[in-house]
Amino acid sequence: MDMILLSAIVHAILVASTPLVFAGLGALIQERAGVLNLGIEGLMIVGALAGFVVALSGQPLLVSVLAAAMAGALLASLFGFLVLRCLANPIASGLALTLFGLGLSALAGAQYVGLSAPQVAVWHIPLLSNIPFVGKAFFSHDPLVYGSILAATVVWWFLMRSRPGLVLRAVGENHDSAHALGFSVRGIRFLAILAGGGLAGIGGAYLTLIQTPLFVEGMTAGRGWIALALVVFASWRPFRVIAGAYLFGCVTIVQLHSQAFGVSIPSQILSMLPYLATILVLVFISWRSKGKGSVGPSSLGKTFKISH
Amino acid sequence: MHKFMMQLRTRVIVSLVAILSFGIVSADAAVKAGFIYVGPVADGGWTYEHDQGRLAIEKAYGDKVTTVFVENVAEGPDAERVIGQMANDGADIIFTTSFGFMNPTIKSAKQFPNVKFEHATGYKKADNVATYSSRFYEGRHVLGLIAGKMTITNTIGYIASFPIPEVVRGINAAYLAAKSVNPNVKFKVIWVSSWFDPGKEADAATALIDQGADILMQHTDSSAPMQIAEKKGMYAFGQASNMAAAGPTAQLTAIIDNWSPYYLERVGALIKGSWASSDTWGGFDTGMVELAPYGKAVPADVRQLADNAKKAIIEGRLHPFTGPINKQDGTSWLKAGETADDGTLLGMGFYVEGIEGSLPSAN
Repeated sequence: MDMILLSAIVHAILVASTPLVFAGLGALIQERAGVLNLGIEGLMIVGALAGFVVALSGQPLLVSVLAAAMAGALLASLFGFLVLRCLANPIASGLALTLFGLGLSALAGAQYVGLSAPQVAVWHIPLLSNIPFVGKAFFSHDPLVYGSILAATVVWWFLMRSRPGLVLRAVGENHDSAHALGFSVRGIRFLAILAGGGLAGIGGAYLTLIQTPLFVEGMTAGRGWIALALVVFASWRPFRVIAGAYLFGCVTIVQLHSQAFGVSIPSQILSMLPYLATILVLVFISWRSKGKGSVGPSSLGKTFKISH
Repeated sequence: MHKFMMQLRTRVIVSLVAILSFGIVSADAAVKAGFIYVGPVADGGWTYEHDQGRLAIEKAYGDKVTTVFVENVAEGPDAERVIGQMANDGADIIFTTSFGFMNPTIKSAKQFPNVKFEHATGYKKADNVATYSSRFYEGRHVLGLIAGKMTITNTIGYIASFPIPEVVRGINAAYLAAKSVNPNVKFKVIWVSSWFDPGKEADAATALIDQGADILMQHTDSSAPMQIAEKKGMYAFGQASNMAAAGPTAQLTAIIDNWSPYYLERVGALIKGSWASSDTWGGFDTGMVELAPYGKAVPADVRQLADNAKKAIIEGRLHPFTGPINKQDGTSWLKAGETADDGTLLGMGFYVEGIEGSLPSAN
């Protein structure tokens, strides 16, 4: 295999993984606050549509991405209202959010089917992009690929190095203690839901603005569920989300290339590989943590009721 | 004896119901035609074209017909519920437009003997169930000729969905045609295990281009591969519908599924009272398979070649599967001059000689 093809493959892996990085971080920040949001798929596709529509109107990439984030956050706020204010079951609410997001985007997006988003310029990083192999593979991408790594860094710094992040994690670990200490559990969780919704929206927008670039209903095709699996895969750590997303992207892209080389594996095995990898990691995690309890946030998915 | 009486009684009741219902149908002026769609009308491909057929019926027959449709119906048992609902609501003829609706259609047909059913791309018929499909492979033949003539890298990328006979047939037809005009042509096939996953289709298109393909063909439903071809300055063929909007420069032509002639004929027959179960497999000659206008990039001599092939197929002078053709393993399939029979084509589960890689198993 020549180096040019190899660098093209690495380039494609980064592109295929980027929506998963954003959506995975969006799920992670909510789960760290103790919120299990199964609506990631719905948030992604609503963000995908919002970003696409704004890009069609001729706005620059940054504006389209912000619109996607706002759309995701707006829809997520509905989830927040249901779960935090109405104390609705988070599992059912999350599933409803996915179905609602898919339906809403299909309805609102029907008129945009068949249109193309304007092309996004590639940022060639000076000097670095001239290095053979490495330049094409890592330093000749659209801005959002760099943005996803920046986002992971910011999320990591916020959660692990900042005081508000510590509070957020405390809420996720034990909401009753956090409440007793005077923190607003519902307020913090709501902010986490907004941030997570925004990140999921950006992940969806990456599909419509850069990866395909088009909009059709249902085009997230299960990536929201992979993002949820990724968070478990990453044992709730931001940089492991990146590693996990790249691993998923790698499985996808390498299987496509192996087919084009004439190495054939039954198509069903290929399509289940990413999910198989998740199951294996889950087994590994639970085996490793045997007797030590859950590795996830202790209050994850539990409804918080103020008991005065 | 008792069992016989029971059966007889059931038959009498069924006949009575049929006669009574027929009376109701005759009293009702308009024929009600129902459509079951596997995807959204706005998919810009497969389902969109079926819906164009539905609209053609409304336009042609005016107040003699009313139409209803349900989109996004999952293939499998739930389809039976949707079909039954439609029959209960008074549909006289129901078109079920995806392969996976085959068994639900047959079951519903037994429950509603007075309703006519039309199932697309399947092979199970009954007295009140007709089947219909299109000879898309005739279109693939013309696409293959164009691709073989126009490729510079001699590599054609093919994005495939599932290894069912219809898809395998398309790959073989396109390959044989391309090979006939360009002995050095190679096909690279990627199976994405989905009819519709724009992200994955785009990734597959990128992978094929990275591996040297300069022309893409697809048997998946989204226009994502077309968009990628446009972005990377390569060429591609639209699938099921004209995709020129997604690839104004990239689209060389597209296979268009035109269901209108068939739908008009069948609903017309029902209105006249001459509907009977049948098995239709129409090609260029019936107008059910069409080609989109050639893209600017297609040179005059290639257009001529393509037009001639289409004409020859319509006139019956050319069959895309004419021997000698060997299977991939080197064994003989068709002798010189021999053409493939429909039975073999409908069940095609093998690559022809020259295609690299092995066919994934369908089961």
